[in-house]
Amino acid sequence: MLAATLRITRDFDVAEECVQDTFARALATWGEQGIPKNPGAWLTTVARRRAIDVGRRRDVAIRSQQFLVVDGSEVGRVLNEGEFEDDRLRLIFTCCHPSLATDTQVALALRMLCGLSTTEVAKAFLVKESAMAARLTRAKKKIAIARIPYRVPERAELRERIDAVLLVVHLLFTTGHTSPVGENLSQADLVERAIDLARMLRALLPDDAEVASLLALILLTDSRRGARVGSTGEFLALADQDRSKWHGESIDEGLALVGESIRRGRPGRFTLMAAIAAVHSSASHWDETDWGEIVGLYDLLLEAWPSPVVALNRAVAVSFAFGPFAGLAAINDLSTDPQLSTYPYLAAARGDCLERLERFAEARDAFEEATMLTENLVEREFLRRRITQLS
Amino acid sequence: MAQYLVLIYSNEKSWADTDEAFSNKIMEGHNKFGERHGVSLRGGNALEPTMTATSIRTDASGKSVATDGPFAETKEAIGGYYVVEADDLDAAIAIAKDIPAPFGGIEVRPIRDMS
Repeated sequence: MLAATLRITRDFDVAEECVQDTFARALATWGEQGIPKNPGAWLTTVARRRAIDVGRRRDVAIRSQQFLVVDGSEVGRVLNEGEFEDDRLRLIFTCCHPSLATDTQVALALRMLCGLSTTEVAKAFLVKESAMAARLTRAKKKIAIARIPYRVPERAELRERIDAVLLVVHLLFTTGHTSPVGENLSQADLVERAIDLARMLRALLPDDAEVASLLALILLTDSRRGARVGSTGEFLALADQDRSKWHGESIDEGLALVGESIRRGRPGRFTLMAAIAAVHSSASHWDETDWGEIVGLYDLLLEAWPSPVVALNRAVAVSFAFGPFAGLAAINDLSTDPQLSTYPYLAAARGDCLERLERFAEARDAFEEATMLTENLVEREFLRRRITQLS
Repeated sequence: MAQYLVLIYSNEKSWADTDEAFSNKIMEGHNKFGERHGVSLRGGNALEPTMTATSIRTDASGKSVATDGPFAETKEAIGGYYVVEADDLDAAIAIAKDIPAPFGGIEVRPIRDMS
């Protein structure tokens, strides 16, 4: 709804006010008259009408600072499902414009597409709220002044622009799937939005392997949602999950998408990540996981994407394919990488290998280190349990 | 429509190592650029090298002082510019991408609308 209102007001702040106004009006009206047949369209139409009223009252000086560059706008029509989706697509391509830094793209998407408050976005980035507010303001200013267009790119540019969007949608999903700060392990709403966006992108580009693979990766990862938290709210690693609690429909859909993507030729980043997820999803038990296959896929992924996080994940796979000693060697190779110095999973992975090698004192130190680095309380509890189990 | 200043940055040392044939090739590139996007251009020029530049600063006492050289010593210096008129940033970028810019790159900066 925010996206539809944006087309009229072309100013994020005004748009948000209109949306809130509309909800207030909805509560009042629906209370008296009952819920309209198509509440989504009602809400959107009222919000747009309100935005037009507000727009009329604004003076030239303000309008000259228009935020979004829109060519032609239709006034007063009731939006249907398809157009609402189009607005969200326009919004995500605007948020993910290459002239904005990646961090900024993600922050904008969280704020504008997922409706997180500035405070929540700041938490996701582990920065002060004032810093995030400033960053968002600068980004909106840039969009307005440099005239970043509010539209879905032309067919010819789409392939080039889509990778940034895939990255951001994936980050939205992982933020929701494993909330880095706070009490609960995931934020279901963020996850739902990410899935929605991934589906929209698939409808926009039905022949693109990477787009299909993003959706596959999200579905396969999300399929484990019901099994990730134990009976007392504790975090369960992949090895300990009750796989009967995995969501079969999501897995089936994900596996089909991966199959389709692989057949399209040279696999990109998301296709490889989805393929790795597919290997896990295909194993009915941890012990049946084809770790050799996973290591091979990570080798390809590392070539396409030489990231230290990918290298770490590969090292963990190595520890299961070739044993904890080989895994530890691969992990230690990464310990000097500055990008991983505050990454809790590096220490946790080291702890796991050390424990399996029965070097318990060193394992405890590693888990302690990981505990200090993670902000997620549920994960911290998981690590504390591992430390207790070692004694 | 908005206007953008497109700045061409290049490493002067790298240019010094090239020959006339190379310069001609780049000039040809600029001619082609002009033919292709002429309708969007509102100006443009090559600049003389940074050693010909003079910088003016105000000193502590408030006096204007002229000194030799560009304002900032950078690896890549401004070698030329175009003024491009375009509807939005994507259009400006699409035009700017056709500018030959060996040994450096291009900056696209919106010109403030004072109207």
